[in-house]
Amino acid sequence: MSTWHEYMQATGRLPAWPYPVNYDKVNEITIDVLIIGGGVAGMRAAISAAREGVKVAVAERGHAKRSGAGGAGVDHWHGAVTNPCSRVTPEDYTLGCYESMQGWTGGNVRYIITKESWDTLLECEKMGVQIRDEKDEFKGADFRDEKTKLMFAYDYQNKHIIRVWGHDIKVKIYEEARRIGVDIYNRMMVTSLLNEGGRQGGRIIGATAVNTRTGEFYVFRSKATVIATGGAGRLTLFAPELTASAAMADMNSAGVGQAIGWNAGAEFVCMEASGPGRLTGLAYAPYSMGNASNTYHGTPIVDADGREVPWVDPFGRELNTVEARFIPQEGQQFQLGIGIGISRTNKEFALNDITPDLPKRIENGEFKLPLYADLTRLPEHERRVIFGMMVGNEGKTRIPIYDTMTRAGFDPDKDMLQAPVMPLDGYFNSNYWSGAPNTPSVVRMLGGGGFLVDWELKTNLEGLYVGAGGTLYGGGCHGESHTTGRYAGRHAAEYAKTAREPVADNQQINAERTLAYTAVKQDKGGNGWKEINAAIARIMRDYCGRHKNETTLNLGLRLLNELKTTELASAYASNPHELGRLLECHALISVGELVIKSSLERKASNSILDFHRLDYPEIDPPEWNKLLPIRQQDNKVEVRELPLDYHLRTPYAASYEENYERYA
Amino acid sequence: MSDKLYIIPNPPTPNKAVEFNPDICIGCNLCVNVCPTDVMMPNPQKGKQPIVVYPEECWYCAGCVEECPYPGAITMLHPTQQRISVNWKRKETGKYFRLGMKNPPPPNTRPPSG
Repeated sequence: MSTWHEYMQATGRLPAWPYPVNYDKVNEITIDVLIIGGGVAGMRAAISAAREGVKVAVAERGHAKRSGAGGAGVDHWHGAVTNPCSRVTPEDYTLGCYESMQGWTGGNVRYIITKESWDTLLECEKMGVQIRDEKDEFKGADFRDEKTKLMFAYDYQNKHIIRVWGHDIKVKIYEEARRIGVDIYNRMMVTSLLNEGGRQGGRIIGATAVNTRTGEFYVFRSKATVIATGGAGRLTLFAPELTASAAMADMNSAGVGQAIGWNAGAEFVCMEASGPGRLTGLAYAPYSMGNASNTYHGTPIVDADGREVPWVDPFGRELNTVEARFIPQEGQQFQLGIGIGISRTNKEFALNDITPDLPKRIENGEFKLPLYADLTRLPEHERRVIFGMMVGNEGKTRIPIYDTMTRAGFDPDKDMLQAPVMPLDGYFNSNYWSGAPNTPSVVRMLGGGGFLVDWELKTNLEGLYVGAGGTLYGGGCHGESHTTGRYAGRHAAEYAKTAREPVADNQQINAERTLAYTAVKQDKGGNGWKEINAAIARIMRDYCGRHKNETTLNLGLRLLNELKTTELASAYASNPHELGRLLECHALISVGELVIKSSLERKASNSILDFHRLDYPEIDPPEWNKLLPIRQQDNKVEVRELPLDYHLRTPYAASYEENYERYA
Repeated sequence: MSDKLYIIPNPPTPNKAVEFNPDICIGCNLCVNVCPTDVMMPNPQKGKQPIVVYPEECWYCAGCVEECPYPGAITMLHPTQQRISVNWKRKETGKYFRLGMKNPPPPNTRPPSG
């Protein structure tokens, strides 16, 4: 017996809620530094803050031992350009990212990542994460350095991306945080940031939260706060019955950090951006299908008759050997990996890939569906490092893929793994398991926008720092989350050491408390959280989708507010679990408002941001080549203009290195 | 067939996410405690396997399986729509296999690297 349905039908009795519930209880916690979000970024922030000698607490939505998008593992680590084998400098790597995005990424954040990524990984090693081929399993492989035993991915010549055995990385950093005395509060649904004096835009002095097992209320009072949360994965599409099994971020991704930041007066940029072809969850189980991208980079793809599909360089030149797939080609200095939030359009830094004209060649009959990933065609080292090392350590692959598939008899030495059979445009790039055509074109996932931060990863609000892969403008992937978390935690602790004691505004706390428990007092005839979430996603798809204008955007805002004041205001929660999910719906509405208000301010279409206004159809007019930082003051929108290279202009120094020396 | 029938909502989609083996599971609830999205709840009867309450909130990280001190007590099950998609072909024989097939081939016992 495993399910609730089985239990019910076997016993005929509804099981009582298993945890003691007390909606009236208030817990007060006073610390120096509060970390909101206990994923890899948050735990690294907590560890680096605690090492500075301050008292640290983490408020985590799930359980910090295995939670977060990075909690299920990692197989490669980007931007480790200061490792002893790297041939890329921090300046070159940062410029590669910046130019690939034509300036639409936070150069300060990218540079900080590049300077500290390797050190951050070395600390993981000290915590017990394997980052070297200690057992010499891959001795002699092209991607291995014999002296350091480091192994590299994607670009074997420049050696700036390191393969790691990270299936247990979250467990290791969790244990380290516990060892050094970080207080971890699990099952915390954070509902607000506290401003000094209760004034929006004022210094951040803590947060409020609800425990989603006991329903108890928590007030955290802190001198400094780090936001280390994920993105709003449930904002534009909500169908977990279909999508949760294919998602690379879990149900807790409700954009809570962005929502509470927005409501407290923090500044954001590029929230109007969307990411075409992003992983939406309308896909296949990650890494379960034949493909040649990311973890499977370099895999031979063959058609139903065993005919091999060519690999090409970013300029379309065919690559004739397996070895060539892993090195930069003529016209390239180095290649950037996948997953760091960088556009693939800039050929100078793009990866070799399966030929992009494959859809046409399938249509012409040259290749016959279905396609297969034929790992047997690779040398043993390449095959084993893909299926056995990377598949086996990457997020959601140790048990879900490696263990599950080998137990079912799959043998990469003998078997060819089938790619999805799908509309042909899905074969445009080799990440076939993302099943791009399965996602309706109305779904526009957010992409690239986030908190605007300075060279200390501090927001515009005193006491508020951000360290995270997805919530930060200029952030990236797994390693970037560790590195920015570690950096933000350090700076938050430095600030906290001399900051004055926080004095919270009881009016603000009481208002948050009242709002938090509305849903448990409603009658049970209204909506539940899933119906509300689905309605939010519908509003966002319809009124802030690919085609929008000032009128539709304003209608979208109106409907979000309608929903908030009617259906959401009367929605009910039967227990603290449902209450947590319903409070996430409040957060989603706040993020939705932020996205729509940001979209209203950009009166121009933009190709890099994949942002299209019907009322301003001209693409990339030069006068709109600027950031539009947006925040709330007295609940009114405040917008200013900022050049894309703000991080190298006054008040900052003119070079990356100088700024890093000054602020790091 | 004389089981009592109840008025009960449809089985959820997906239905299970994880499955317990009651002969091995001792109901220690370590899996319950570590699940990031609180998919499971402790069984009201002490020592019994947990109850999967919110299967649609599972994202299939299998942290519960890794946390379990009793191998085989808990198994992660991909939803049927994913299992039916995972197909492979043995190169030499041309034989087709899929995840969840009725008569699966013998397991490949090679452990992962490291």
